[in-house]
Amino acid sequence: MIETIAFYIFSAVLVASAIMVVFSSNAVHSVLFLILAFFNAAGLFILLGAEFVAMILVIVYVGAVAVLFLFVVMMLDINFSELRKGINTYMPFGIFLGIVLFIELVFLVFQGWVAPPSGGPALAAPAPMLTEISNTRALGQLIYTHYLYVFQVAGLILLVAMIGAIVLTLRHRPGVQRQRISVQINRKRSESMVIRQVSSGAGAPKL
Amino acid sequence: MIGLWNYLIVGALVFVIGVLGIFLNRKNVIIIMMSIELILLSVSINFVTFSAFLGDLFGQVFVMFVLTVAAAESAIGLAILMVYFRNRGSIAVEDVNTMKG
Repeated sequence: MIETIAFYIFSAVLVASAIMVVFSSNAVHSVLFLILAFFNAAGLFILLGAEFVAMILVIVYVGAVAVLFLFVVMMLDINFSELRKGINTYMPFGIFLGIVLFIELVFLVFQGWVAPPSGGPALAAPAPMLTEISNTRALGQLIYTHYLYVFQVAGLILLVAMIGAIVLTLRHRPGVQRQRISVQINRKRSESMVIRQVSSGAGAPKL
Repeated sequence: MIGLWNYLIVGALVFVIGVLGIFLNRKNVIIIMMSIELILLSVSINFVTFSAFLGDLFGQVFVMFVLTVAAAESAIGLAILMVYFRNRGSIAVEDVNTMKG
């Protein structure tokens, strides 16, 4: 009973905040509603018994991606209301398209698709019972054995994304004094020091 | 009782809202990227739903890879957006015509 109530609350808030992400006039509000949507999706995942994925969702999305979005939205100096001008002209056709797509998806869920019997040899990785082993432990045993290479490739993707983001946004402004350690280390005595013979009594030599 | 189809309907709704967001906010790249995140979230909901109801753990493993790709995609996309805004002073999609594509 309480699971049913929790499901309806989570999914209602999820759908409502997703709508607000799309239709909110302020981009910062959109990001905050996106965070709310991800929290409620994490709640749905917990209801499904996938608590590790739920926590990963909260950590990765709320902790990283949403903060990244907030940073970018606040750093860009943009009049967002001007970007929303054409929205009303597309609205009827967009709503129509959305309704058609939704009806197709609902039709797929109810009519065009039959669930296979659960269990059996067709499963790629049969889940152990939650009473024996926790979800996080089972996922770890799966990831670090059967899907180890895929997991490594996922890490590589993140590395490439990190390097790419740094390379894209790094810029060298001309005229800014900055320390160049290689130049400092590679200085030679001949180019930084001059020895002059000073004869006594002749005054300071002309340079 | 909450069955498989309840979760699938929620996933379908979020997917449709994401597609609608791309369609409606076609000038604002940031909202488009948030809509892509919503679409990926709906896909993740479907993966976890089938994983839970079929008793197959691979769906949850796949959701982690989807999350990885989504995080990488948004990081790169926002970096490109920053560079573009720095050069052009605008993020409107209509102004992206430098390559005459």
